[in-house]
Amino acid sequence: MSTPILQAAARILVALLLVFSLFMLVRGHNAPGGGFIGGLIAAAAFALLAMSHGVDAARRALHLPPEMVAGIGVGLALLSGLIAGLAGEAPFTGLWLLLGSDGGGKGLPLSTVLLFDVGVWMVVLGAILTLVLALEEDV
Amino acid sequence: MGVASGSPDRAGAVLGWALALAAALACAGFAQLVPSVAAGTAHEMVLPWAERLGVSLAFRLDGLSQVFALLITGFGAVIAVYAGSYLKGHRHLGRFFLYLGLFMIGMLGLVLADDLILMFVFWEVTTVASFLLIGFDHAKPEARRSAWQSLLITGAGGLALLAGLVLLGIAAGTTRISEILAIEGLTAHPLYPAILALVLLGAFTKSAQIPFHIWLPNAMAAPTPVSAYLHSATMVKAGVYLLARLHPALSGTEAWMWSLSLAGGVTMVMAAVLALRQSDLKLALAYTSVMALGSLVMFLGAEATIAIAAAFTFLIVHALYKAALFLTVGSIDHATGTREIARLGGLWRTMPMTAMAGVLAAGSMAGFPPFLGFIGKELKYEGALAIAEEPILLAAAAVLANALMVTLALSILFRVILGRKKPVGPDGPPRAPHESPVALWLGPLALASLGLVFGIAPDLVGATLVQPAVTAVTGAPQVVKLKLWHGVNVPLMMSFATVGIGLLGYIFHGALMRTLQRMPAVADRSWDALLGAIATSFSAISRAVQPGSLRIYLGVSFVVMAVLPLMALVGSGGLSLTMSDELDPVVVGAALLAIAGAILAAAAERRMAALGGLGAVGAGVAMLFVLYGAPDVAITQLMVDVMLIVLVASVMVRLPELRAIGQGRGINAAIAGLMGVAVAALTLAIAPGAVDSAVSADMAAASVPEAKGRNIVNVILVDFRALDTFGEIVVVAAAAIGALALIRMKPRRSPQGARP
Repeated sequence: MSTPILQAAARILVALLLVFSLFMLVRGHNAPGGGFIGGLIAAAAFALLAMSHGVDAARRALHLPPEMVAGIGVGLALLSGLIAGLAGEAPFTGLWLLLGSDGGGKGLPLSTVLLFDVGVWMVVLGAILTLVLALEEDV
Repeated sequence: MGVASGSPDRAGAVLGWALALAAALACAGFAQLVPSVAAGTAHEMVLPWAERLGVSLAFRLDGLSQVFALLITGFGAVIAVYAGSYLKGHRHLGRFFLYLGLFMIGMLGLVLADDLILMFVFWEVTTVASFLLIGFDHAKPEARRSAWQSLLITGAGGLALLAGLVLLGIAAGTTRISEILAIEGLTAHPLYPAILALVLLGAFTKSAQIPFHIWLPNAMAAPTPVSAYLHSATMVKAGVYLLARLHPALSGTEAWMWSLSLAGGVTMVMAAVLALRQSDLKLALAYTSVMALGSLVMFLGAEATIAIAAAFTFLIVHALYKAALFLTVGSIDHATGTREIARLGGLWRTMPMTAMAGVLAAGSMAGFPPFLGFIGKELKYEGALAIAEEPILLAAAAVLANALMVTLALSILFRVILGRKKPVGPDGPPRAPHESPVALWLGPLALASLGLVFGIAPDLVGATLVQPAVTAVTGAPQVVKLKLWHGVNVPLMMSFATVGIGLLGYIFHGALMRTLQRMPAVADRSWDALLGAIATSFSAISRAVQPGSLRIYLGVSFVVMAVLPLMALVGSGGLSLTMSDELDPVVVGAALLAIAGAILAAAAERRMAALGGLGAVGAGVAMLFVLYGAPDVAITQLMVDVMLIVLVASVMVRLPELRAIGQGRGINAAIAGLMGVAVAALTLAIAPGAVDSAVSADMAAASVPEAKGRNIVNVILVDFRALDTFGEIVVVAAAAIGALALIRMKPRRSPQGARP
């Protein structure tokens, strides 16, 4: 399956897919997208890499074992929920921070909600890759 | 016995002394309260617990609880000291005393609890502690089997009891026992038959009534102090306690009277006969415990004060002599290495103190004057004669059972303690007898002496213990006078008959034993048959329900998922459809794409083609989502489809070609079609405005001001319903890790195919 054409295309496609995945992740709050969709796209990128360059290449590119990615994702999502809890709100309440705000409501919005979505993104990515890489390896 | 090699447990020995001290102090505390309880005061303590359920930590000490509390703590102290010496040097002494302490707390809680639910909790604690103590020598298979058997039988009874107590709580409107006992007319309640049956099941299993008695003799696998304490003096009397406790509320009906006096009477006679066939002293004693429990249950079936008084006098008598005998046998076993009657003899020469305890206890068991056992026996005869329905039959049964006790007592007296001294060897004891350490004979001697002291001065227990207990059970103040000499009356005549029959039995004990031993042990063997039948039938069910084929599981799941909603839909009047006049050609195109994909997937000969068909279905459905304004869902659908194809493609190389499945595919297609029809029909049924849109409108309105997001789907996922999403991603991560383990696991082919 690993033809030169696929390998060459994969180099570009994987990069594009990953950028697109992050784009979908951060725009999700206001437009179609979000952690779940972003995670699926990123998983597709790594799956493509695994098919074109081999499972080892995909594992190296991921740096961490996929099941650990999923685990960290669960941890981040839990952390985002606990932050609100520690701040005195009900757990999993969204808290917002406008970086560089001049008081007029403008600035770079950072939130525990985004952190939560990053957690979802990692869980989806990690869980799917856990299966895909293990199955590809086993063949 | 249980003396294992290895390092001795010093901390455990200290724990044993601490337990003995605690039990002795508690006993002194209860003893201090005796005058006030005898005067009619009930000491109460109530702490809040589960208020909403109306269940509180309510404890109450009345005349009935008092007898048991004194038995538990007083005997507990004796047993703890005895066990420290009996199990000296055992590696798990600490564990033993932990279990024993757990049992003491459970049993004490059981008799003091004034709440049905609380009492049940302690009831289960004693069951578990008994299980742990029977299986204490867990390296022995028979100890494990016995522990398991007792847990299953008493545990099953416990479940029945729980149901009975809950029903009783419903019928009475409260779970406070003292309030329930004050309610009149519970026996006329429609739930009464169910309550009675369930409560009796719990009491009969715990108190080893035939046919549930099989676990008690097997429980003798436990170390002897445990047998003396749990399986003779205290725990097995929990069922008796329960019957006595609920006597005011549940007794007085034909059903109560007949079930108790029949179960008790049959148990009493059967167990006495079975006791005679045992050549092992400890096992013989175990069967006499069953016999004692039978007679206690029989007396509680009655209403008459004299029968209740007989029950409680005998309860004290039995606890004293039986525990003393068990401990004596333990001491003999410790010194000689055997408990076989035939291998022992003339022990009074070599172990005088142990022999003394044995003589005193056997005298009380046989019911000779001036022991308390004599008073107990006379009262039993009086009580049996007072039971209204079948006095002659029950009295005859009592005489027979007691005569067999006389036989056993005479055998212990004249064969084991007196008699000819047997030389060490295969026909004699394995070890030369010698006197046991003081802790092994002092306890039984003290208990057996009490049987004599109370016999000579019966007022020591009559007015202080028996009378308050009888008062508590009958619900009205009673006067119970215990007297050694009643004059020449019917019970005295019956006593003469008892001794006569007992003497005959003693003379022919050997012949009787051999005859009885030829009878097969039916009950215990049917237990194994029962367990075997349960195991076989359940593995048959498992094989039928879990054939191990994913196709069958999925097929069954889908059929159920399709048929149940369809039935509901048809039941609620079916579906009326109106066709729209104008059809958007794009929508039609998307739908046609999905349909074509589905047909391809169902008909394809090769997996890759079927996979392509599935992809087409996904794309068509995703297109419909886009057309109807759900871009998030569309993207997700598309991505999931992509990942699904990647996953299936990786698995595919290992699967057989579709042709190999053969005719099963027709069924698959039918199930898939059914599922499609069901989902489509339900969607159409729901669509025409039946959905309440208030929730989604609220969320849409709150999305921007509260969650600063314009994509409502995402806001719901990460903010409004973040906890749900969190739960879902935990499941996703866990499922992935579980699947990874399955993939990595190399398949093992066992000879029997699917069964591991």
